[in-house]
Amino acid sequence: MNKAALSWLPEQKDWTQQFRAAKAGPAPLPEWVALANAPLDFIKTDMLNTAYRKAFPAPPPGLSAPPIRLAVLGSSTTKHLHPALRIAGLRRGFHVDIYEPDYGQYWFELMDPGSPLHEFAPTAVLFAFDARHMTRGLSPLADAAGAAAARDETIAHVQACWEKARAAFDATILQQTVLPAFPELVGQNEQILPGSPAASIAPLNAALRAAALQAGTHLVAIDSRAARDGIDAWYSDTFWHQAKQEIALSAAPVYGDLVMRLLAARFGRSAKCLVLDLDNTLWGGVVGDDGLDGLALGQGSAEGEAFAAFQAYAKDLAGRGVILAVCSKNDEANALAPFEQHPEMVLKRADIACFVANWDDKATNLRRIAESLNIGLDALVFVDDNPFERNLVREKLPMVAVPEVSDDPSTFARCLADAGYFEALALTDEDRARGAQYQANAARASMAGAANDIGDYLASLEMRLIWTRFDSVGLSRTVQLINKSNQFNLTTRRYDEADIKQMIANPDCLGLQLRLVDRFGDNGMIAVAIMVRQGDAAVIDTWLMSCRVLGRKVEEATLQILAEEAGRWGVATLRGAYLPTAKNGMVKEHYSKLGFAPVVTDEPGDWYELRLDSYRPPALPMVIEAVQPALA
Amino acid sequence: MTDETILADVTELLREVFDDPDLAVTPETSAKDVPGWDSMKQVMILLAVEEKFEIELSTREMDRLRNVGDLVAAIGSHAKAPS
Repeated sequence: MNKAALSWLPEQKDWTQQFRAAKAGPAPLPEWVALANAPLDFIKTDMLNTAYRKAFPAPPPGLSAPPIRLAVLGSSTTKHLHPALRIAGLRRGFHVDIYEPDYGQYWFELMDPGSPLHEFAPTAVLFAFDARHMTRGLSPLADAAGAAAARDETIAHVQACWEKARAAFDATILQQTVLPAFPELVGQNEQILPGSPAASIAPLNAALRAAALQAGTHLVAIDSRAARDGIDAWYSDTFWHQAKQEIALSAAPVYGDLVMRLLAARFGRSAKCLVLDLDNTLWGGVVGDDGLDGLALGQGSAEGEAFAAFQAYAKDLAGRGVILAVCSKNDEANALAPFEQHPEMVLKRADIACFVANWDDKATNLRRIAESLNIGLDALVFVDDNPFERNLVREKLPMVAVPEVSDDPSTFARCLADAGYFEALALTDEDRARGAQYQANAARASMAGAANDIGDYLASLEMRLIWTRFDSVGLSRTVQLINKSNQFNLTTRRYDEADIKQMIANPDCLGLQLRLVDRFGDNGMIAVAIMVRQGDAAVIDTWLMSCRVLGRKVEEATLQILAEEAGRWGVATLRGAYLPTAKNGMVKEHYSKLGFAPVVTDEPGDWYELRLDSYRPPALPMVIEAVQPALA
Repeated sequence: MTDETILADVTELLREVFDDPDLAVTPETSAKDVPGWDSMKQVMILLAVEEKFEIELSTREMDRLRNVGDLVAAIGSHAKAPS
């Protein structure tokens, strides 16, 4: 039985009908995206891919991100994975173009600047090397030193591939881990034969992980996934011999999803917030009917322990940066009671950044949650045991991810993990502190309710805006902010660590990282700006800010810093552009509000200019502090 | 399970794989008769057959397939009803 399946996606009863309708067309993009959000097998994936490509030979309007140009560089057959890669992209509103060199040609195309690969100019490169290719230097008769040398040589080759791709393309680099495809030669104690191919896979993958971490390459961990699904769901010797397909066609839909969730994370499209129903999702029973004593939660029953375990999983997600919210049909007092009084609750009220319990429909409440957290609806994952509520939300808010959980709480955590909604490529100290930050936000909001005047309130926060030029200490958070900020982002230009390092070295480029501290705590790095000197103007290449500090005059203070630094360059004007996307409408008037005048240029976007001799810094409710960068 | 019922099931499966509800299939039909039946589609058909009939075709059986009739015979030799 094939267990590599998109089990978290809901079955769509009328899928075939909807597919025929879309195929007969013309159907707009959202209908195709909806068709991709079903637990498709390899046949339906192929059908949908063929029809979608026919409908949209060129990228359609309304995409949530620029088209992805994916190069698949493999050592055996990988063409059978293309439909699944495209459809997993479509599932996320991405349009994916794929290029693959002829069989066995990846290295030559990588090395040759005149090759079709270079002409294709990929924005993502996926290295998909099969187990035989990755162990080609290994002899079963090798001693321990020989086996280690073969492994080192393989890793060095892979690293050379990454470096070559990084140097040649402005691309995200992905590497597939090695599938444990080999039968044992010895048995359970395979380690007594140092050159055993079967025994070589685990250390090879460990070495790949270390190398990837160092290089900033992102791994498509098919070894982990195959360990969960069963290796037979991912690999068959029969089809290897038949078609040199190492990854089973039946596993292709999951493979595509594993790849595309990494690219989603790369483009800031991973989910940010887990929204939880309460009754029969966080505890067994209905608190309003059964009372606190009647709930199944914690020690006492297996089901109660399963609910507590799911709460613990949610709490650990929060610990690594996922925001938690509650959306429950309940009287608020009833909904809060377990959080405040039930001794077996793992989650506390303080773990929940936004708590909504009332009798409105859940779609309305999810909108409220997204608004109050200042994140998009597509950043929400909603877990509810009730199929009715799940379907209502899917129908009214198709952009909210609603996993198809079973009615057994033991399976909730696994379902969330399988779906990969919260895929991350790097974790920062800020991620780990996010829960505390949202708690502090709640405290600030309640104080705002008490203060009569917003100016008094802001002054009472005792804010300090601390800025530093880009440096090695802040590098990973800077890159993360640049790649995940969608709403308060004037130009939505994405840069990786290598780009930032170049900017640090460039005297005509000033990158600012800004941190906001107030009496409730440290908000962490909340804004990034990049300014480039061009003639007698300083051009603002990038300006973005975390939405959780909106309305606190950080924009005005940032402008003051930019104007002062531009003044140091001796330029006459500060120029900036607004490049509209589907998500950044909130900053359309950003430059006008700050006193910039619109200017006409033939460059894309709305351009604005501020003459520095006419700029007067406003009074601000915060202290601005400059800190020397720490350059390693 | 007779050859006729297997052929009917295989026909249905091929129509799905080629996304063509009107595809005409006989025991003599082979890859060259159906546009788009390439090596990639061949693997897709074999895998779909294995899943539908809950059988595993051997490498030798796969190598010997020349047309739909051969496929029907190979399925029949595993003699197990579809789910």
